[in-house]
Amino acid sequence: MSITTTSFQLVSDLVRRETAMLYEPGKEYLVEARLLPLAREAGLDVDAYIARLPLDADARRRTLDALTINETSWFRDNAPYQAFTDTILPDLLAKRAATRRLRIWSAACSSGQEAYSLAMLLDAHLPPGWTVEILATDVSTAMLDRVRAGRYSQVEMNRGLPATLLVRHFTKVGTEWEVDARLRAMVTTRHLNLAAPFVAVPVFDLVLLRNVVIYFDLDTKRDILRRVRRQTADDGYLMLGSTESTIDCGSDWDREAIGRVQVHRPAASSTASTPTSPLRPLLTGA
Amino acid sequence: MHALIIDDSRAMRTILRRTVAALGFATTEAGDGRAALDHLEAGLRPDVCLIDWNMPVMDGYTFVTRVRANPEWRDVTLMMVTTESQHSQIVRALAAGAHEYVIKPFTADAIEDKLRLLGLVRDLPDATRAEVPA
Repeated sequence: MSITTTSFQLVSDLVRRETAMLYEPGKEYLVEARLLPLAREAGLDVDAYIARLPLDADARRRTLDALTINETSWFRDNAPYQAFTDTILPDLLAKRAATRRLRIWSAACSSGQEAYSLAMLLDAHLPPGWTVEILATDVSTAMLDRVRAGRYSQVEMNRGLPATLLVRHFTKVGTEWEVDARLRAMVTTRHLNLAAPFVAVPVFDLVLLRNVVIYFDLDTKRDILRRVRRQTADDGYLMLGSTESTIDCGSDWDREAIGRVQVHRPAASSTASTPTSPLRPLLTGA
Repeated sequence: MHALIIDDSRAMRTILRRTVAALGFATTEAGDGRAALDHLEAGLRPDVCLIDWNMPVMDGYTFVTRVRANPEWRDVTLMMVTTESQHSQIVRALAAGAHEYVIKPFTADAIEDKLRLLGLVRDLPDATRAEVPA
């Protein structure tokens, strides 16, 4: 069984209107799978649940949450984190020696594994006396709640987290694992729709926008990357997913290889926004 | 690559065998730690052992300590795959010489993630995987 064409169109229009993310024909199965738990909870089949969306704001919010969540894992793909530890972090430590402050943005953070993976690396590698701020943003308020709680199921813990880091940074609470307060204090969350103008977003030394722009059409992707450029320090870094690129997205970005990882650097001809005040000091290297 | 799968559940051995076979591993199976040691003593040199904790005859923890006590087997990577999920047990297994730890229930992706962490599965770009907003 699959949802009707009318239902699929209604949902894909909703997601596109609210988030600019594309659900193209062929993804009916995904919409059905994501909405089935919500429909069952409401005592409806998926088509009936979708039919009530125009009249039910809470159902619309929950539908958007269910359809905008990306699968994630700890240290996803490994190589970008290796590049961060081996090359990007040492470079930024040298460039920011005067201020001893780093700002990192985990954009489209989902349930927070990317932000906390970075926090674990910074906990291990940040020299004493440094302050780091990791801003985790997502369009899903449910996901931001999860990031703040810092709790993960056993299945999630198995996804790419080295056992040595599990025992160092997590404690078991019932059937879940909770990230320690030290790492939680490094990560600030904020609701942010990448497709909408950024308001009061500071300039970052590193932006991770991984495995998300593939879900936008080219015009929206160009717009997002242009605005992300304004939030990236002139000597900073942008990391996209391994299948994503700034090619065809204007002249704001230069591409640079770090090992087998391609990173994106602000082009000399482009400039960042004037730096804003800090989010708040989140970690001082001890 | 060769994996020695050590679990007293035939069903679990089958699941693990199919999982790692899909990643290109050849496999050997053992129903307990003692039987697994027999394989090693007979000259089998797996790249990785996937080890249940609770088994008859010899449990997985004892197997790990026995393997680590023999320098000839120092190159064998040891990964626990077990329902034992307490923080203290994970610490104990790592201290005894296990490299990684997967808690049941697991997904095939979890086994692949861990084997990749251990350098036993080649990193692949996302383009080679099914990529949906999943």
